[in-house]
Amino acid sequence: MEGDTIAAIATAMTNSGIGIVRISGEESFAVIDKVYKSRTGDKLLSQMPSHTIHYGYIYDGDKMIDEVIVAIMKAPNSYTAEDTVEIDCHGGILVMKRILETVVKYGARPAEPGEFTKRAFLNGRIDLSQAESVIDVINAKNDFALESSLQQLQGSVKEKVKEIRAKIIHEIAFIESALDDPEHISLEGYGEKLGHIITEISEEIEGLLSVSDNGKLLKEGIRTVIIGKPNAGKSSLLNVLVGKERAIVTDIPGTTRDIIEEQVNLDGITLNIVDTAGIRETEDAVEKIGVEKAKEYMDKSDLIIYVVDSSVHLDKDDKEILELLQNRKAMILLNKSDLPQVISEQDFKEILCGYGLSLHIIPISAKGGDGLGALRNEIRQMFFEGEISYNDEICITNVRHKAALQSALESIRLVEHSIAQEMPEDFYSIDLMSAYESLGNIIGETVGEDLVNEIFSKFCMGK
Amino acid sequence: MPCVVETYDVCVVGAGHAGCEAALACARLGLETIVFTVSVESIALMPCNPNIGGSSKGHLVKEIDALGGQMGINIDKTFIQSKMLNISKGPAVHSLRAQADKAEYSSLMRKTLENTEGLTLRQAEVTELIIEDGIAKGVKTFSGATYYSKSVVLCTGTYLKARCLYGDIVNYTGPNGLQPANSLSKSLEDNNIEIFRFKTGTPARIDKRSLDFSKMQEQKGDEKVVPFSFTTNPEDVQIDQVSCWLTYTNEKTHKIIKENLDRSPLYSGMIEGTGPRYCPSIEDKVVKFADKERHQVFIEPEGLYTNEMYVGGMSSSLPEDVQYQMYRSVPGLENAKIVRNAYAIEYDCINPRQLYPTLEFKGIKGLFSGGQFNGSSGYEEAAAQGFIAGVNAAMSVLGKEPLVLDRSESYIGVLIDDLVTKENHEPYRMMTSRAEYRLLLRQDNADLRLTKKGYALGLIGQERYDWVVEKERLIDQEVERIGHVNIGANAQVQRLLEEHGSTPLKTGTTLAELIRRPELSYEVLAEIDPQRPELASDVIEQVNIHVKYDGYIKRQLKQVKEFKKLENKKLPENFDYDKVQSLRIEARQKLNLYQPVNVGQASRISGVSPADISVLLVYLEQQNRK
Repeated sequence: MEGDTIAAIATAMTNSGIGIVRISGEESFAVIDKVYKSRTGDKLLSQMPSHTIHYGYIYDGDKMIDEVIVAIMKAPNSYTAEDTVEIDCHGGILVMKRILETVVKYGARPAEPGEFTKRAFLNGRIDLSQAESVIDVINAKNDFALESSLQQLQGSVKEKVKEIRAKIIHEIAFIESALDDPEHISLEGYGEKLGHIITEISEEIEGLLSVSDNGKLLKEGIRTVIIGKPNAGKSSLLNVLVGKERAIVTDIPGTTRDIIEEQVNLDGITLNIVDTAGIRETEDAVEKIGVEKAKEYMDKSDLIIYVVDSSVHLDKDDKEILELLQNRKAMILLNKSDLPQVISEQDFKEILCGYGLSLHIIPISAKGGDGLGALRNEIRQMFFEGEISYNDEICITNVRHKAALQSALESIRLVEHSIAQEMPEDFYSIDLMSAYESLGNIIGETVGEDLVNEIFSKFCMGK
Repeated sequence: MPCVVETYDVCVVGAGHAGCEAALACARLGLETIVFTVSVESIALMPCNPNIGGSSKGHLVKEIDALGGQMGINIDKTFIQSKMLNISKGPAVHSLRAQADKAEYSSLMRKTLENTEGLTLRQAEVTELIIEDGIAKGVKTFSGATYYSKSVVLCTGTYLKARCLYGDIVNYTGPNGLQPANSLSKSLEDNNIEIFRFKTGTPARIDKRSLDFSKMQEQKGDEKVVPFSFTTNPEDVQIDQVSCWLTYTNEKTHKIIKENLDRSPLYSGMIEGTGPRYCPSIEDKVVKFADKERHQVFIEPEGLYTNEMYVGGMSSSLPEDVQYQMYRSVPGLENAKIVRNAYAIEYDCINPRQLYPTLEFKGIKGLFSGGQFNGSSGYEEAAAQGFIAGVNAAMSVLGKEPLVLDRSESYIGVLIDDLVTKENHEPYRMMTSRAEYRLLLRQDNADLRLTKKGYALGLIGQERYDWVVEKERLIDQEVERIGHVNIGANAQVQRLLEEHGSTPLKTGTTLAELIRRPELSYEVLAEIDPQRPELASDVIEQVNIHVKYDGYIKRQLKQVKEFKKLENKKLPENFDYDKVQSLRIEARQKLNLYQPVNVGQASRISGVSPADISVLLVYLEQQNRK
């Protein structure tokens, strides 16, 4: 058994139907007992027989979060062969996230990518023949998580985390060099000095936590990519979406990215739109359409909007794009409906048929604004029917980051406590190191030789 | 031409701190053991600083002792000053350091070797390993003699192709002008062993009569000395001690150094080896920490037999004339007469990645190694590895399970795991910050952690074992008891609290709760605890620590439980990780190179990600079920 207790959202992140938050591990029942209240308020789920379901509410302290049905499954008769709890809540991204955050607050840990599947396999619940696909799930989810941690993390958040970590490691290095070389480096009066720094650090972490509550650390939403040949009208479409919908526009001039990403809010559904036109403009004009680049973005997206200029004939590039649309969530916009049409909706349907594709086709005029209402309705419908969804890995990564911040804050509070209790200095560095590690999880950095390097580079020690 | 041919169970090459522990462990385990040294006069030589122990190194000595090694006993009988470092800090970082009488230390160790049954001492330079079909069969010496054995332990220290440098002077010798070992490196390379070139250095030795101690601060030893060895009677170490002296470099010193940097072999590029960052030469310190106005200099006696004083803090490879100027710019050293020059030493050692945590070579069965040969630095680090290498050489001959200590049970485990798992680019020194579970790995509980293992090996006697078992029982019992002793807010209690500057009680509490207050301890609360049993002082010490730091200790125990999960998942030997296609390429390469023994070790290799570990776990499970 793997042991510790993990939690994740088990259903797609859409606003439709029902959502499930799943908890697995030794402490599953202890966690659910802390957050679940039956109608009469006297039921402890840990005392209930396995494979029963219970109506009630999830509470964070006194605050009711949702009306739920909870299924409990005792080891080894569950998906992971561990004690498992499934909370069926009302769908809705916010509700599912709040429930996940609550169970994390009360002792579960946000699952690592593919961890439920991994446990199920390691505990013998998945057939040997599926081992390869288990590995694939782990790899795919992990690749994604890494990418979203590093790419989706707001640049300013990343810088802040790095800054706080640098402060922490500096203090640890000072303490440790004094412990290793007490005759050279004195810790006289250090506790008081550290106290000030700690106050500063805890305020900074609190600041990040409030970001995680309000603005979100990672950008959640439907990752949408607009593709099409140059001049098909991709940028006009984006502008019109951004302008018309009075969207929150956040330009992120990421240091590693040369593309523009816009956040658009459509009736409460957030779209993160990548405009591949941006790539095109920076490329050598001689180069043919950046199909490879477009493909890369398509791989990372939840929804593809393929903009076609209906006033000109399709060419080789369009055909390549159509090939790429296989097995993806996409819609076709026949743009420039205000100009004389070379390709009609019917023509395009037949072309799609030839590729074995059945996608929604919406004629629009990005310039004039015709057809935008239809586009909006289409996206809404796809979302509520669960055809497209928020990426669950981004959601859980957000929860993971928040948990990491919280755990860093707890460690910092323990340092505060140790200082107040006049504990010896070597105890400070233990909790400082935990905080350093927790914060490292957010930006994908481990401890490694950081401390030893810091000690040697900043403090003069030795014989 | 007829040559000498002899047969032993184990050959140990080198009789420094590693070689001595290795040889003694093998012989004490009943094996016919021969130990080679280039000079019988240099057994357990201390060619650098004249002390044993120090922060985290003291822990190593205690651990060696708890397992049945010699270093602790040897220093307890030959020290001339002793100090418990970090005494104002937590118990985990208390660390013992003793100044040795170098000659006495060396000669007592020699006597011990000479009087150990089954141990043969041989002055000879080993020039060649005999390895057939990937199995070590023995060694050959310079004279052509052949010594066959079932295991070989290499502890060559800093002698391999050694050269000593200062200024533009190069001496092709080992430390202290001793004969180097120039041939063995080739034999290692012939057997595909990867060699590193490392560098270290030592300061000058100065005639005591030329020093003015009135310009220095006296550094005395502890009033009550604590022994290293659990077998030493504490009364036997309460001796008259010798002082060390503290002085400082100044701007003049730094100016002399800066003006002559171009004459240092370190800066002229003559030195190729990688030096340690933690033990920088004075020229390194002056360059790297240019804003520091002064550096400490410790003047330490080399022994009672000599006037030579060690100039701690000022190791150097500057030319002789600059050394004179530099040392003489330090207050108290104005008229210093140098007995031995400071120098840097370069030597061959191995890339320790080639070793299993047992310290056996991965490709060569029966070949073990320990000490500076493995890329470490320090007497204590050497002794610790020598002990483990020796024990495992013996276990291999005896066909028994090897001894592998993990990171959660000892500093020795941290040391060896770091050496064999992490990329090592400089001589490795033990540091307390390297031990992630250090609250559990205290010097005071080394016996509780390790003596049972020493007993199982056959290196610890019945009486010592019985005491550890009894001690454990007494500690548990007493910790349990004081958790249940209720203390009321009565006049006697309030008065006692007030005496110790502690807040008076509002309501009743337990004795354990009171002990947790920083200003109180188990001992000072004796008068309000009438039921208290008579307990030995080392038992009381443990009870006090257990209760006082209970919360922290429990947290670390929890972390250890997590850590053990991956440590207990064994990986196959000589496994081809290219078979696991789902691992990332970098991970496959690293795993193939390191061949970790368990998943925990794999997870600590740089370049192996948590996702790779998940993949590995799934793969292992898949293999298990097939």
